[in-house]
Amino acid sequence: MKKEWPIWEVFIRSKNGLEHRHVGSLHAADETMAIENARDVYTRRQEGVSIWVVESKHITASNPDNNGEMFEPAKDKAYRHPTFYDLPVELKHM
Amino acid sequence: MSLNIEQLEKEFQDKIDRGENIEPKDWMPEKYRKTHIRQISQHAHSEIIGMLPEGNWITRAPSLRRKVALLAKVQDEAGHGLYLYSAAETLGISRDELFDQLLTGKAKYSSIFNYPTLSWADIGAIGWLVDGAAIINQVMLTRTSYGPYARAMVRICKEESFHQRQGYEIMLTLSNGTEAQKQMAQDSLNRWWWPSLMMFGPPDEVSTHTEQSMKWKIKRKTNDELRQQFVDITVPQAEILGLTVPDPDLKWNEERAHYDFGEINWDEFWQVIKGYGPCNKERMTTRRKSWDEGEWVRDAAVAHAEKKAARRAELKKAV
Repeated sequence: MKKEWPIWEVFIRSKNGLEHRHVGSLHAADETMAIENARDVYTRRQEGVSIWVVESKHITASNPDNNGEMFEPAKDKAYRHPTFYDLPVELKHM
Repeated sequence: MSLNIEQLEKEFQDKIDRGENIEPKDWMPEKYRKTHIRQISQHAHSEIIGMLPEGNWITRAPSLRRKVALLAKVQDEAGHGLYLYSAAETLGISRDELFDQLLTGKAKYSSIFNYPTLSWADIGAIGWLVDGAAIINQVMLTRTSYGPYARAMVRICKEESFHQRQGYEIMLTLSNGTEAQKQMAQDSLNRWWWPSLMMFGPPDEVSTHTEQSMKWKIKRKTNDELRQQFVDITVPQAEILGLTVPDPDLKWNEERAHYDFGEINWDEFWQVIKGYGPCNKERMTTRRKSWDEGEWVRDAAVAHAEKKAARRAELKKAV
């Protein structure tokens, strides 16, 4: 038959209170096997308490060629940051 | 957006010179992509083939403590192979193609794994020397320019240090044991020392890939620099064991503040690379057998997944 198992992206929550983070990818025939393989490969040393897997083909990514129009407009908007505002030094709790 | 190839290459080089990483979807020169596929897959194959010489001793480990450690180490190597295959796949080559390159002999793996593990002490020597040499190379690679490769290296380095410590502990126990045990450790060091030095690859003056690899920050130190670093670190470790490094020319050079060491037998290195090492045939035969005999399992898993998905779709329709 010769069919390659699909690729899955693996996300791990290292402990409750923290977000799931992307840790890598693996091949698996289905979602159950993907979770099992992720457990064996990415949590051998208690790295996690929760695993998400998603088939790689379902991820839509931004195109790095468009990084200019995507991300540069934020550059000249310093007023979105607290340090933009001039306030007296004696002002407390702000 | 009509940048020509020279402009793209210049921007790419500037990005690397600024210390930025390259990520999978970024533009990269075709040669950068190809070099990475070659290097990362070679590294992945080494992890997978590297399981064989050590797996040889799992059933004969001298105690349960040694056995669980060795099992865990060999399992780690499988994981390391997987991290690396995944990194290579981000460059647009499939896992099956990568395996095919290994099994047809098109791709290489580290020549060290073509040496046999003749005694239990070899498991100690591999952990201490072979993993030690690998760590030096891999620590450098955590700062390599290609993001997925660098991240795989960080993960691997974290896990690798247990490998070396368990190896050294085996050597320490044997060195402090009976005369016969000490001899076994010495014999093992004698056999693994030179092949370990060869792991860093040919000398700089004949290494065909070094210059470009340094420019692209794929490598950050040359083969000879890494080899020297390994010798300097490892000789004092041999002294603690009370073992003798099998090199009559080995001696501390006060002026260079490095150890001088003897000539490496590069003929042997090239022979092993070309397929004439003691175990090349055996390693490849074992891998091919396991790949072929596993085919029905891989196919069955796909068939099962497809059947389940079809059944789920039918249920949905019925609702």
